[in-house]
Amino acid sequence: MTSQDVHFYQVGSFAVGNRLLEQEERTVQAQVDRTNSIDSGHRACQGCGEALGARYALDAAMRATNGQIVAVNATGCLEVFSTPYPETSWRIPWLHSLFGNAPAVATGVAAALRAKGIEDVRVVAQAGDGGTVDIGFGCLSGMFERNDDVLFICYDNEGYMNTGVQRSAATPPAARTATTKAVGAEPGNTFGQGKDLPRIAMAHNIPYVATATVADLHDLERKVERAMEFHGARYLHVLVPCPLGWGSASNETIHIARLAKESGLFPVFEAEDGVVRSVSPIRRRVPVEEYLKLQRRFAHLFGPHPRLDVIARIQSMADANIERYGLVSPESLEESS
Amino acid sequence: MLRQIEGSRAIAETVALCRPEVVCAYPISPQTHIIEAVGELVKAGTLTPCEFINVESEFAAMSVAIGASATGARAYTATSSQGLLFMMEAVYNAAGLGLPIVMTLANRAIGAPINIWNDHSDAMAVRDSGWIQLFAESNQEAADLHVQAFRLAEELSIPVMVCVDGFILTHAVEGVDLLEQSFVDAFLPPYEPRQVLDTNAPVSIGAMVGPEAFEEVRYLAHLRQLDALERIPEIAQEFFEASGRDSGGLVRPYRTDDAEVIVVAMGSVLGTLKDAVDLRRDLGERVGVLGVTSFRPFPSEAIRDALKHARQVVVIEKAFSIGAGGVLSSDIAIAMHREETLLRTVVAGLGGRAITRRSLEKVLDDASDNELAPLTFLDLDHDAVDRERARMQATRRSGPSAENLLRDRGTVSQKADA
Amino acid sequence: MKGNKTMFQIRIHGRGGQGVVTAAEILSVAAFDEGRHAQAFPSFGSERTGAPVVSFCRIDDRLIRTHEPVMEPDAVIIQDVTLIHQVDLFSGLSRDGYVLINTSSSFSELNFGDFFDQFHPDRLMTCPATDIALEHLGRPLPNAALLGGFAALTGEVTMGAIDKAVREHFAGSVGERNAAAVKAAFDYVASKIKQVARASTN
Repeated sequence: MTSQDVHFYQVGSFAVGNRLLEQEERTVQAQVDRTNSIDSGHRACQGCGEALGARYALDAAMRATNGQIVAVNATGCLEVFSTPYPETSWRIPWLHSLFGNAPAVATGVAAALRAKGIEDVRVVAQAGDGGTVDIGFGCLSGMFERNDDVLFICYDNEGYMNTGVQRSAATPPAARTATTKAVGAEPGNTFGQGKDLPRIAMAHNIPYVATATVADLHDLERKVERAMEFHGARYLHVLVPCPLGWGSASNETIHIARLAKESGLFPVFEAEDGVVRSVSPIRRRVPVEEYLKLQRRFAHLFGPHPRLDVIARIQSMADANIERYGLVSPESLEESS
Repeated sequence: MLRQIEGSRAIAETVALCRPEVVCAYPISPQTHIIEAVGELVKAGTLTPCEFINVESEFAAMSVAIGASATGARAYTATSSQGLLFMMEAVYNAAGLGLPIVMTLANRAIGAPINIWNDHSDAMAVRDSGWIQLFAESNQEAADLHVQAFRLAEELSIPVMVCVDGFILTHAVEGVDLLEQSFVDAFLPPYEPRQVLDTNAPVSIGAMVGPEAFEEVRYLAHLRQLDALERIPEIAQEFFEASGRDSGGLVRPYRTDDAEVIVVAMGSVLGTLKDAVDLRRDLGERVGVLGVTSFRPFPSEAIRDALKHARQVVVIEKAFSIGAGGVLSSDIAIAMHREETLLRTVVAGLGGRAITRRSLEKVLDDASDNELAPLTFLDLDHDAVDRERARMQATRRSGPSAENLLRDRGTVSQKADA
Repeated sequence: MKGNKTMFQIRIHGRGGQGVVTAAEILSVAAFDEGRHAQAFPSFGSERTGAPVVSFCRIDDRLIRTHEPVMEPDAVIIQDVTLIHQVDLFSGLSRDGYVLINTSSSFSELNFGDFFDQFHPDRLMTCPATDIALEHLGRPLPNAALLGGFAALTGEVTMGAIDKAVREHFAGSVGERNAAAVKAAFDYVASKIKQVARASTN
């Protein structure tokens, strides 16, 4: 058996190991009585950010509701890798209908519970970015607009990974996918205006919108639990790196998610009733190159003929996020210095 | 209670008697009056507990019904035409998952060209989806069928579509004897789901099934539809014994016993056909009508039995498979498998063209003279079609054919019977 | 229709917004209330306000099974006189048929030429239903009033049944005022019929 160095804290991550925390401050996953909503035996890839995010999110939702959760799932990686017939990884009531209808199916579940007078059971719907920002967008907007009592979680890995890494509306500019190849004068995905789902969700004035990454699982759990304190439509957008689709090392998933946040490309915040209430400040700002160069989907921007112009445009997107959300505050700079 | 009432209202009030717990609705003509009326009954507190959800599309309507049904609620929706196509993926999904949703389909043509009037193209487009499809002949039957539909759906865990001719029935004000709440409560027991999203007994519904089991899952669905062939007439019989009304069942033979020519049809045209047949019978002609109430499951045996002595069978269809021919006719041909019987298809009533008794009598004349072509389009203006064919031949950019044909025929509002 | 002498078929022509469909429905309810079978249905268009609209009504002592449009009406009610030269209003109408037109002109002033020469003159009536409606309702909605005229003209339904059906359909004072318009139109047409009868006996 090989030996392993023991780290009591992870230098440079600012994450504090559970063992240094008081019992009540530890994560849901640190508890022996956690629910294991999505259990072992699923078929997710090594280093899958979505499997990790879903496990933390659902177990936190279970803790917040005393185990009274019904989950609705859109078609996608999470659905496929969790239910290879005849096995299932779900230890909670779970329904998969179609790719584009998870928000509406969840509305139906919530309506049925209400009609039956069942008040303690809550509904969580989950989808990847394709099922959220593209094919499921109409149903999601409808669910938001009606303010149905559903927590909708988007596990955003920025593309159609289940079908072989094609572009979605959540794919970032310049990223290489199977339908935006790294060829031609403008390799990779085009620069558009993007489809900023958290802000679109906020525009519906729903009670709670938040973003999170799998780099800060404690934060993710807290936001799920916070979301369950509200009734009505809630939206949680979780960045979940995909080693297969992003061309990153499977042991870099957490690191890459952290760089997405620390570069400003993925702002982490909470909003209530359409207004941003808090942001997770950048603690050690990094240029976007640090994030991009770990992923083969951006490899064409580097190498012997680096596309400094493209990198600069991506940097300006990060800068705009930092400005919009105030991600770099004087306090946070002090803290990181 | 017998009331002079719009078909849509009669359907809505009967649906309400069935105590659905979740009703989802997206408006499309000619289904609108049904969901408006159900919505009113929920809003007024007449139908309670019931969640009436105004959704953003038909796709969402069926999806909400799926979620509700999987949670053990009795779920209902209604649609037509384009709406059915827009929810088609979810229509298949509901059947595949075995969720006993009941849906009214106010039958309407499918565009393009856009057309809001009645035919059966929409129902035919989903005939292979795994739903049970029942066709109503009158508003009385349309109302009664909904009670039977919920019973059937929930017993067998199969969704049921009640097909009602759009406008012709949905917007017709006729006498309908509406059932009493006590009758429906006795006839329709509370829904006991086979599968349900229950936090006390978690199950995964909708898992991926590969080649190792998919065929078995599909075959099982087929067997369960064949079970419905047994239950549909039994439920109709039970309904008859309790209400005294002959609604539902698999097929509805009318004066077929000694008939040489039997006309087969579905839906509201059957009433007009029966009037035409009565006139012929008065003249001593041996003609009859066979109404097909259950289109899916297809009652092959009952149809074979009803048609076995006919010399000629004429299928009148409000839809057809473009490039092939009759849809119902194909099923009838397989069911009969009798080469000595002449089988004729008459496509009629497309996009709301009125099927008049006069035209039907012409069909009967041609049938008795053995002059009916294998595939006939009733009251088709062949000259107008020929002129458009000529225009298309004469010039490459002949323009949109639909608009050309409209211009050729003049505007509809100039005709009193339009 | 042929072979069923008991059936009476009515076609109502008007414009979108004039209550053409409502008129057919109320008429069917009136017949139903008198213990008869009745069927009312619109011409199923997506017509907007002002467009020509048709509705149909059948009344019978037997169950009505047919669902074809009324091709051979026994009576035609014209709610809007401006339709008379635009639409084929009298298609299928037999010489024993009834015509009721909403206008303050007399039937002979409408210039139908010799079209109605073979018809019964006491079955061809006009009635200023819009004027009557304006007087009683304050709104130019002639549909209910014309049903009163129809009852007087054909006797197919009674004035009482129309009165009851109108009050059922329009709640409260609107019902009252419509019922008054019905009565006024009934009396108007009834007296016109007497005039024609007197003229023909003289």
